[in-house]
Amino acid sequence: MPAITFIHPDGKSDRVETGDGESAMQAATRHGLDGILAECGGNAMCATCHVYVDDGSLALLPAMADDEDALLDGTASERRPNSRLSCQIKITPALDGLVLRLPERQV
Amino acid sequence: MTVSGPAGSGIPHLDVDPFDMKFFADPYPTHELLREAGPVVYLDRWNVYAVARYAEVHAVLNDPATFCSSRGVGLSDFKKETPWRPPSLILEADPPAHTRTRAVLSKVLSPTVMKQVRDRFAAAAEARVDALLETRSFDAITDLAEAYPLSIFPDALGLKPEGREHLIPYASVVFNAFGPPNQLRQEAIERSAPHQAYVTEQCQRENLAPGGFGACIHAQVDEGAITATEAPLLVRSLLSAGLDTTVNGIAAAVYCLARFPDQWQRLRQDLTLARGAFEEAVRFESPVQTFFRTTSREVELSGARIGEGEKVLMFLAAANRDPRRWDKPDSYDITRRTSGHVGFGSGIHMCVGQLVARLEGEVMLTALARRIEKIEITGEPKRRFNNTLRGLDSLPVTITPA
Repeated sequence: MPAITFIHPDGKSDRVETGDGESAMQAATRHGLDGILAECGGNAMCATCHVYVDDGSLALLPAMADDEDALLDGTASERRPNSRLSCQIKITPALDGLVLRLPERQV
Repeated sequence: MTVSGPAGSGIPHLDVDPFDMKFFADPYPTHELLREAGPVVYLDRWNVYAVARYAEVHAVLNDPATFCSSRGVGLSDFKKETPWRPPSLILEADPPAHTRTRAVLSKVLSPTVMKQVRDRFAAAAEARVDALLETRSFDAITDLAEAYPLSIFPDALGLKPEGREHLIPYASVVFNAFGPPNQLRQEAIERSAPHQAYVTEQCQRENLAPGGFGACIHAQVDEGAITATEAPLLVRSLLSAGLDTTVNGIAAAVYCLARFPDQWQRLRQDLTLARGAFEEAVRFESPVQTFFRTTSREVELSGARIGEGEKVLMFLAAANRDPRRWDKPDSYDITRRTSGHVGFGSGIHMCVGQLVARLEGEVMLTALARRIEKIEITGEPKRRFNNTLRGLDSLPVTITPA
C-alpha cells in the first residue's frame, strides 16, 4: 500500500500507510493524526482537512472541483497556490511518497 | 420478533414503534435492539425497512441514486401522497436538480461567510453569558439554548423583528411532519397555518434585509443560478432547519456538560476543546434522530433485498452509538475524534448549515466555560417530544461564576 507523509507546522513528520482507495484525510484520521480535523467526514463541506502539497507533487493530484476551490477560500490558515483539501486526494500507487504539510490551524 | 414475512426472507421483523412516547422517553434500549437484530430490519408498525448500524446508515446516506430524497425524507411517499407543504428544493430533491440549489446554499453558508459573522456571533454569546450571570439560576433551554440562536440567527437571515415567535413552532411542525401519521404529526399540521403564513411571507425578497443570508439567496437570482420562484423556497429551508436544530444542539451540549462535570472541567482548562465538545454532543445526543429515504429500484443492502418504492428509515442516533464504529459509544468524551459521525447526515444531503451550527456551538461553549465554574442541574429536566428531533423542553440549572 502507498504511504504518505504529513509534516506538522513544528517540522515533526508522520508517515502514514494508506488503505485501499482511501483519501489522504481518511488515512490521517484513521491513524489519529493531529492537525487534520475533517469535521464533515470527507464530504467537501467544511475545509478543516486543509493541506499544502509539495510543489513537485501538485500535478499528480486529481483536478480540483469547484466546491473544493470555493471552500479553500475560507480556510482558517491562509490559502496558498498549493492548498488542497486532503479529503479530495484519493491515494493511488502513483502518489506513494506524497508529502503534505499541515497548516497552523484548521478552524 | 419473527424472521420471515412479506418483506423478504431473512430480514428480522420488529414490533417496535420508534415514534411513540415510550420510545422517546428512553430510545437507547430500542436502538440497541434494532442494531443487534440485523443490518437491515423491518418495522411492521409502519411498514418500513430500517437501518440502525453505522455501516448501513452511512451506506444509505451515500447512495442517493438508489435511496432517493425526492419522494420525501419522512414516512410519507410523495409519489403516493400529496406533501403537506410544497416540497423543499434541496432536502426533498435528487440530483441534478439538487446539485444546483445545494450549490447556492453552500455558497451562502460557506467558510468564508462564517469568518465574516464570527465576531458578531461571539459577541452575542458573551452578552448571553452576561445576562445569565446576572440571574445565576435559569432554564438552560429557554434562557440559553433558545435565547442565543434567537439573538443572532434571525438577524443573520435578515428577518423583520415582528413575528419571530413563529420560527420555533414552524420548525417543530416541519420535523414532526417527517414522522408517521400519529398524534404528534396530525396536531402539528392542524395548527401549522399561522406559522406557514408567517414563513411564506418572510421568504419574499422585499421582507429580507440587505446583506443577510436571505438576501444573498435572492441575489443568486440575479446571477442566473436560480429562478425568482425558487429563491423564496430556499430561504424557507433556512427558516425550517436553521434554528430549532441549533437550539437542540446547544441544549444537548449544555445538558452533557452539566451531567458530566469532569468533561466540563476539561473544557475549562482548555477552551480550544469547545468545538469538539459541541461536535461530540451532536454525536452523543443526535438532535436529529432519524430520516427516511425511498428506494428508486430494487437493491440488496448487506444481504437484504429491498424492492423498489420502499421507505427506509435511518436511525442516525443509533449509528452514532454503534459499538462497531465507536469506542465506548455511550461515553461523552470531548476529546473524541468525532469525524464521520452522522449527526449532520453524510453525503450530498449532509446538513448545509453545519458550519453555522458549529460556529454557534463553539462560541457559546467558549463563552460559558471561560466565565462559569460550575453548572448544576437543579430540577427534573423535561423532554420535548417531536417525531424527528430529540431535545428538552426545560432544564433548570444554577451556575457558579468562575
